[in-house]
Amino acid sequence: MRETPLSNCERDFIKTAIAEKKRIDGRQAYDYRHVRVSFGVERGCCMVNIGDTRVMAQVSCQVVEPKQARPADGTLYINVELSPMACPSFEPGRLSDFGVEINRLLERCLKESRCIDTESLCIVAGEKVWEIRVDVHVINHDGNLVDGCSIAAIAAIAHFRRPDITVSGDEITIHPASERDPVPLSVHHMPICVSFAFFEQGKYLLVDPTDKEEKVMDGRMIIGMNKHREICTLQITGQMLLLKDQVLRCSNIAVVKVTEITELIHKALENDREERAKGGKYGFAESVPKNKVTSNHKVSAPVDMETVEDHVTSTFSQNDDVIEIDSDAASTSESDDSVVIMDKGSGAIGLGGPSTWNVDDEMSELKEENKSNTTKTKQQKSDTNIVVSIDDSSEEETTEILVEPSIQKQKKKKGKV
Amino acid sequence: MADHVGDASKIVYMPGDFVENVKVSEKTSKAILGPGLKQDGDTVMVTKPGLLRHKEPNIYWIDCHSRRYVPVRGESVIGIVCAKAGDVFRVDIGGSEQASLSYLSFESATKRNRPDVKVGDIVYAKLLVANKDMEPELVCIDSTGRSSGMGVIGRNGGFLYKCSLNLIRKILSTNCPLLSRLGKQIPFETTVGMNGLIYVRARTTVQTITIINAIAASEYMDNDQIISMCKKLADTFTMVQ
Repeated sequence: MRETPLSNCERDFIKTAIAEKKRIDGRQAYDYRHVRVSFGVERGCCMVNIGDTRVMAQVSCQVVEPKQARPADGTLYINVELSPMACPSFEPGRLSDFGVEINRLLERCLKESRCIDTESLCIVAGEKVWEIRVDVHVINHDGNLVDGCSIAAIAAIAHFRRPDITVSGDEITIHPASERDPVPLSVHHMPICVSFAFFEQGKYLLVDPTDKEEKVMDGRMIIGMNKHREICTLQITGQMLLLKDQVLRCSNIAVVKVTEITELIHKALENDREERAKGGKYGFAESVPKNKVTSNHKVSAPVDMETVEDHVTSTFSQNDDVIEIDSDAASTSESDDSVVIMDKGSGAIGLGGPSTWNVDDEMSELKEENKSNTTKTKQQKSDTNIVVSIDDSSEEETTEILVEPSIQKQKKKKGKV
Repeated sequence: MADHVGDASKIVYMPGDFVENVKVSEKTSKAILGPGLKQDGDTVMVTKPGLLRHKEPNIYWIDCHSRRYVPVRGESVIGIVCAKAGDVFRVDIGGSEQASLSYLSFESATKRNRPDVKVGDIVYAKLLVANKDMEPELVCIDSTGRSSGMGVIGRNGGFLYKCSLNLIRKILSTNCPLLSRLGKQIPFETTVGMNGLIYVRARTTVQTITIINAIAASEYMDNDQIISMCKKLADTFTMVQ
């Protein structure tokens, strides 16, 4: 089935919004959406949510014959599945170009960076080794699949336990879990991919692009990095010219993001381990809140009106340092225009005015409310969220929610203009 | 969901369930079955999971959360023009099939005077033909040949937001305060298509994003919460001024 096309008006709007340093979901340029890592009951099963993007990875192992060239090394096999459930434009069966790209990228990121010790997967050199297979399934596609897949894959590998073995002479025994505790794979480091979307020939960059932003972008750069600041893979796609400063800036951002995500994975693994040790509840089913209608639940990214309006971080402009962001430097221009106050609570420039539909007794009521509101606003804290947060009490052990990255958390109060 | 409809019996029906005690009209001894209900012999069977809604005297339907649009004749929708194919435009309205829109079904369009429609434009149109066996057909004129608000929209800015069909029905229901309340705080223009697309244009990008977020956030709010949200919004905007 064909994909819903992007209309010209959406394309133009996203472009102008980015030029004005805004994003549709209210994020800043360098912000991730909510990242959530949860583990299943089965070992090596991991679900990752980045906003609405959802990826699941399952690790399994089997005994195979090693490759001729490397008789003492186990193998790591990565398989990415894009089902039509994730996005109607994905075709079932054959892997599309996009699927192959993700698959190759993950292989480069995980295999060629040698993140797991393949020598320890050897049972009998030249005869029998473990093959670790990582199946990555995309459950829902809302942009930034690469990051989701890489987080899910590495978290699942870290969560996985293979059966213990003993070799005595020619006899090899694979112990079932009831006999001996399965052993974890030795993970040397955790490479994680971070995607950057570029617009206007690399002038603007966004971290964690959504589906719509991906459709508009000129090109993308993916940096695979571990928390020791070692770049494992780097890929640039798209038709654009990129300044070398941008590459450096991206890698600096990637350092911050990778540190945060690695921490998140470790925390989630730790929680899962504790729960399993206690014999408590773990797995996906436990992460679903009970006695609640879950389908009618909106996880809303709180949109901070004040920051949207006033604090335009100058993170986009070329010469800024990544970590230190001066949030006062730029200010929006629309406040400079001559504003005609049509009604309390709304302004008008030029044509139009507040809606005159449904003008009835509600209107007078509203005016009174507004009067009291304007007096109240002076004392009120300026960072008001428009989104009334819906009770999100999915208190659960194997789940971690990364709320906001911390690099540009400079919140400044701005008084009345 | 459609809280505005009476008789909110909170029983969830699953596909395959039977609906008992269907009231029929006294004159014609007929009942009207809406989406999610199917007559099966003498009984009424449920085909969608959701809540049973009833409107006096004899209208029944199942209310369920859905994002996939099923075209219905006479409904106004927003579509995205995908291609020009001879004398029709192919328009994506979010259904299983693309709809066709003849170039003659625009106001004051003749064979000489073709309407200015480009691929990628969005159009607000009415469904003339919506039939499960046929390709849906759109028109941008009413029966008198006037455009009556329909046609190409979104040429000068604005954003198209996709949401669930429930939210569309909710904000179009007469007792939903959302759009009127929002409009008092921030002037904006909007077009709401029954296929789950909302076009919003306000003066600035920030205002447009604000309105879209407010609409998105209101999906699971009741009227009081919507009003309080609009108040909060008003507070922040007065403060900015």
